[in-house]
Amino acid sequence: MDFQKLTIAEAHTLLQAREASAVELTEAALERIVAVDNAVKAFLDIDDEGALEMARAADERIAHGNARPLTGIPLAIKDVLCMRGTTTTCGSHMLEEWVAPYDAMAITKLKADNAVLLGKTNMDEFAMGSSTENSAFVMTRNPWDVARVPGGSSGGSAAAVAAGEALGSLGTDTGGSVRQPAALCGVTGLKPTYGRVSRYGLVAFASSLDQIGPFARTARDCALLLEAIAGADINDSTAAREPVSNYAAMLDGNVKGLRVGVPQEYFVEGMEPGVEAAVRAAIETLRDLGAEIVEVSLPHTSYALPVYYIVAPAEASANLARFNGVRYGLHVEGENVIDEMELTRGQGFGAEVRRRIMLGTYALSAGYYDAYYKRAQQVRTLIRRDFQQVFAQVDVLAAAVSPTIAFEIGAKTDDPLAMYLSDVLTLPASLAGVPGLAVPCGFSAGMPVGLQLIGRPFDEGTILRVGDAYQQATDWHLRRPELAAVPADDE
Amino acid sequence: MEYEAVIGLEVHAQVLTDSKMFCGCSADYANAAPNTHVCPVCLGLPGSLPVMNQRAIEMIAMAGLALNCSINHDTFFDRKNYFYVDLPSSYQRSQYDHPISTAGWLDIETSTGTRRIGVTRAHMEEDTGKLTHGGDGSLVDYNRSGVPLMEVVSEPDIRSSEEAKLYCAKMRQLLVWIGVNSGNLDEGAMRFDVNVSVRPRGTTAFGTKIEIKNLNSIRSVERALIYEIERQTKVLASGQTLQQETRGWDEDKGITEPQRSKELAHDYRYFPEPDLPPLAISEDWTTARRAELPELPDARRQRFEREYALSAQDAALLTSERSVAEYFEQAVTAGQGQPAKAIANWITGELFRLLNDSGETIGVVAARLQPAFIGELLGLIKGGTINGPTAKLVFEESFRTGSNPTSIVDAKGWRQISDTSAVRQFAEQAVDANPKVVNDYRAGKTQAIKFLVGQVMKASKGQANPQLAEQALHEVLDA
Ligand SMILES: [Zn+2]
Repeated sequence: MDFQKLTIAEAHTLLQAREASAVELTEAALERIVAVDNAVKAFLDIDDEGALEMARAADERIAHGNARPLTGIPLAIKDVLCMRGTTTTCGSHMLEEWVAPYDAMAITKLKADNAVLLGKTNMDEFAMGSSTENSAFVMTRNPWDVARVPGGSSGGSAAAVAAGEALGSLGTDTGGSVRQPAALCGVTGLKPTYGRVSRYGLVAFASSLDQIGPFARTARDCALLLEAIAGADINDSTAAREPVSNYAAMLDGNVKGLRVGVPQEYFVEGMEPGVEAAVRAAIETLRDLGAEIVEVSLPHTSYALPVYYIVAPAEASANLARFNGVRYGLHVEGENVIDEMELTRGQGFGAEVRRRIMLGTYALSAGYYDAYYKRAQQVRTLIRRDFQQVFAQVDVLAAAVSPTIAFEIGAKTDDPLAMYLSDVLTLPASLAGVPGLAVPCGFSAGMPVGLQLIGRPFDEGTILRVGDAYQQATDWHLRRPELAAVPADDE
Repeated sequence: MEYEAVIGLEVHAQVLTDSKMFCGCSADYANAAPNTHVCPVCLGLPGSLPVMNQRAIEMIAMAGLALNCSINHDTFFDRKNYFYVDLPSSYQRSQYDHPISTAGWLDIETSTGTRRIGVTRAHMEEDTGKLTHGGDGSLVDYNRSGVPLMEVVSEPDIRSSEEAKLYCAKMRQLLVWIGVNSGNLDEGAMRFDVNVSVRPRGTTAFGTKIEIKNLNSIRSVERALIYEIERQTKVLASGQTLQQETRGWDEDKGITEPQRSKELAHDYRYFPEPDLPPLAISEDWTTARRAELPELPDARRQRFEREYALSAQDAALLTSERSVAEYFEQAVTAGQGQPAKAIANWITGELFRLLNDSGETIGVVAARLQPAFIGELLGLIKGGTINGPTAKLVFEESFRTGSNPTSIVDAKGWRQISDTSAVRQFAEQAVDANPKVVNDYRAGKTQAIKFLVGQVMKASKGQANPQLAEQALHEVLDA
């Protein structure tokens, strides 16, 4: 068993055949973490004992012959999902010591399947960022080049899978926070349709955009993870009642006759030639597999960025207002209640979070609401309509995930706008609420490039099928970074 | 110059649901220890999400319909953003520009007739936690956090503190009547905000509006308005001008005072609550809510006047509470043809007196003092079995024990003596024992016979039939 090359589907076969135990898999994951996480810093918190206990329970279930596809599979969880009894920091000093008193619905479901939860992964503070550099705690490195960022905001969850520290992980995607780090780290990542996965227990950034999504090595593994966590939830009124498919069973490798739209607006100015070449080659591969390639247009694409940076900060300004030092989280003493709230929020939040709260507060203010928030919602409707119209012509869309490969740490930290542009190709699908899958499709300058497949609402099955067919025809997703073991340091 | 007041009222009424507006916690927190009816949702914990209480929406819609509002098909929640320690998520879920119901009215009965007060809107929102200041700090109890509230905003149609009082009382009566509010103002079931300005009588432009927030009794509304109208009138009459402001009512001092403006400089930054899908309300749903409404107090009052030939005052008394009206009609139905007017008299007279003494509600008492007993009692009087004074004793005994009047009369031996020979004996005794009165009678003071009737009643322990007694006395005296 080579843990670093194993997929979830393969591990399940080994477990079922008793060729490996969940405890062995978990020990392999924990050993790998010890070996490489000092270099990668994907994790904020690792619970060895808890993980091994879950593994033992999983082995018992396997022995009873009623294992689920994720039973005994070691997974990593973005630290924005509440896990009862563990700290859930959201990458922020504000919640540095906050212990969640309940499980997120996605966690409840993984626990019910006896998956093994290794620990919590690093992220941009409150999921705001595209490089994981906004974490209040550590700098997560891209396993392909530790001088570069892993992308963000779910950088820890992407890097953990890329570095072979977990077989899969959960992240969250608000404007590209699963797809972009998946592309930059060379793993497969899925942002489900808005409402496909319950948000209960996901600490909200932008409520109308947030979705929990899986990272794994293959589209098939993402299908298994999605099926496990998807579904209606009485705790979340925005979780859809749409039935959950057996997504893995839909992966028949066949894309013949499927209409694949290539949106012209997604080949933006500033896209790196190496990225464009890899993405165009991937589209040719789909053509070779029998798909029909159609040039399409989504005319309002260029408005996605400004719309997103009004809607998401506006919602965030309200969602993050609860962190006031009164009942939980950081509390800074002051002269009176108002003073304490100001001091707590001023010291607890990092610069990017404060910037977005200010942006959102401004956009909602009396006298500006109509010009900003209301107008943004109107344009969001146009963007959604773009997708409705294009999906009358084609079955899926194919484009790049990010216009660039992973950039060097620090390269964009002083230029928020340049950082925001990193998500320019993932924002439209987020605003429209449609699903998007990132699959590795080549390399540029030695760094991974991702292909983005966008589907109709609740049609994750089709984009997973295309991703799986592509992965059967290519081996980009099988490449692994060379990572030297690094001893513990004191960064 | 004569001035008149222009008053608008906002009524915040708790909605009587079992659970809170957005979580499963019990909404019945009145006697609960602090912070025992709480969960991640109503504590605003990170990652928690609201789930709408369907019953709360149904009840608020019913209230809207009872206030003659139209129910809007397209309605949703907004977030009202402000920082305060009793508001755990730092936003209150409320409704801004798409309230569930709009454009209704409430009629009030004033001394000069019926006045129709416009209702601008009735919308839903959630309550906040409760802050207690004291000792070395403040304590917050989140049991109330997330309890469903409805806010009813009136048009500026109210013209006096008296009308404001009537409006609040009528609102309370109506909301309790339809089962939406407990009416327990002591427990904070209703709170009131008042907008008041004055202007020279006969003019139509509005004066400078003063807001008085957070009044928690109808009495406070009335007192604060009396004070404020007088204050504003004095300021204007002296040639000075008023500034738009929010003032607080000091119950103990009996005055309004300006509130510190820093706490009030709010820009609430309303925006649609993304955690709750908009409600698409169908015509069928609205029809079902309308069907769920009982006959409303005004309609019932008018029907009582018409159908039972009751006076306006009796009809109003009998429809002050729905349980009283129900009791009355049950008593009439079970009343064996006894006149409704007589039944009404027993309820508004003896029954109200006994309820007042015992402090019980009619709902509780109805289980003992069954509505049918009133007709039965009237039958006993009419049939000569008991007389009026005895009937009162029987009624009180029924009220206390729940026994029916006939069995009480039998058990107590209270049957009226209608046996002529027995009554004749009492009459003869009375005549023998009171020669002076008999002489007066014989000398033409016919009224003196009343005294002798009284003596017969006394001697018979109140059981003699008074008509028979008088008849027997005449026979003895005139013999
Ligand atoms: Zn609760």
